[in-house]
Amino acid sequence: MAREDATGVSVKAAKFDYILAESVEEVVATLDRGDGEAIVIAGGQSLMPMLAMRLATPAMVIDINNIAHLSGIDVRADEAVIMACTRQATALASPQVQARLPLLAKAISYVGHQQTRNRGTVGGSLSHADPASEIPLAALTMDARVSLASASGTRQVALADFFLGPMMSARADNEILLSVHFPLGSNDTRMGTAFHEVSERKGDFAVVAAAAQIQLDANGLCSKAALAIGGVDGVPRRITGLEARLLGSRIDQDKIRAALPEIANAITPGDDQHASAAYRRRVAGVLAERALLEAVAEAEQ
Amino acid sequence: MSKREITLSINGKTHTGAIEPRVSLLDFLRDEVGLTGTHVGCEHGVCGACSILLDDVPIRSCLMLAVQADGHAVTTVEGLSNQDGSPGALQDAFQDAHGMQCGYCTPGMLISAQALLADNPDPSVDEIKDAIGGNLCRCTGYVQIIESIQLAASRLREAGQ
Ligand code: FES
Ligand code: FES
Repeated sequence: MAREDATGVSVKAAKFDYILAESVEEVVATLDRGDGEAIVIAGGQSLMPMLAMRLATPAMVIDINNIAHLSGIDVRADEAVIMACTRQATALASPQVQARLPLLAKAISYVGHQQTRNRGTVGGSLSHADPASEIPLAALTMDARVSLASASGTRQVALADFFLGPMMSARADNEILLSVHFPLGSNDTRMGTAFHEVSERKGDFAVVAAAAQIQLDANGLCSKAALAIGGVDGVPRRITGLEARLLGSRIDQDKIRAALPEIANAITPGDDQHASAAYRRRVAGVLAERALLEAVAEAEQ
Repeated sequence: MSKREITLSINGKTHTGAIEPRVSLLDFLRDEVGLTGTHVGCEHGVCGACSILLDDVPIRSCLMLAVQADGHAVTTVEGLSNQDGSPGALQDAFQDAHGMQCGYCTPGMLISAQALLADNPDPSVDEIKDAIGGNLCRCTGYVQIIESIQLAASRLREAGQ
């Protein structure tokens, strides 16, 4: 893989122009000028391997790490906003994220290792749209939206409409993902969350992962149910049929088991070197049951 | 494409160099600066052999462009030795407790362990496993690596008392 440049320094990536952006305006103007040949680098934990293997050969790489306001976590009255360049390690360690976005914190604990979480960003993971990665799965379960900016303005897209296929999203080539917005229930909502994953080793991408977020009303009946499964399709999948069957009921193991067949209708897993489609289907049901039971137990506390 | 000038601190010394933007921090450290202690493994973020500290936190130097380290402080395995060049506490412990076989993963293991002990002077075995979870040892000598880190931690605690 290694080659050398004229001065004997090893290189892997193809040549590109490097732009250290100072503002979002500069980023979107450069993306426009790049006309599909410019790419944004944040933490680089997915892009650097793609550059090294020349799966990506952009003419321009736009570094957004120096734009200070693209990092940060802001909890407002009805939503929590995480700016795109916020490191995964920062989000994981944030008391605000642990208290108000517990499912995200649980998911990030499965993302890579300390070395990658110290660089990798929340926005980068969403933008990369890997169907087996944990942050997109959790954010989808939490009904999050992303803000996208281009030279012609800013728009918000619900994650339910954002993921289009493996590494494919509704973000256009001339857009940058600025922030992710998580709706917040009131502080006293009885909410429970759980994240479960099977992977070859801890820190690897999920073979299958399940994320659940459950809200109970004062009578202990389910007032909101969200379940999503990752690693079983081209995109992380919400299992809306199952959610509908849990809504309004007192959730127990029997109730969950009766609703689990909805998963099989909603996913299209593939065979690959990690696992067969049949294994993925089976594990999806097991992890979903575990995540739902745990989320309900947490909400009941 | 033109080179960019960067200035960074490497093991406490200021270093200025000019580098093509596409060069990784790993290749810059080895080929341009001449610090070959940081090892080249997979070159795409899987093995952890290239781990360094960037502003005191561990990262993979193959997953960062050298130009992105401009203005930052880097610590490589060479920076873990004592002032006089003798092996530091972790390096000593790896030698005494047989924490290396071929030595390929060792610089990355040492960096991960250094970051762990800076935060947590008395880590449990599970905490050690978590800290080195991103470092592959092809010789599979994990048990001795964990024992080496425990040995270094206990020596450092004693020395601190
Ligand atoms: S060489 Fe960087 S992780 Fe393997
Ligand atoms: S000692 Fe050989 S790879 Fe770890």
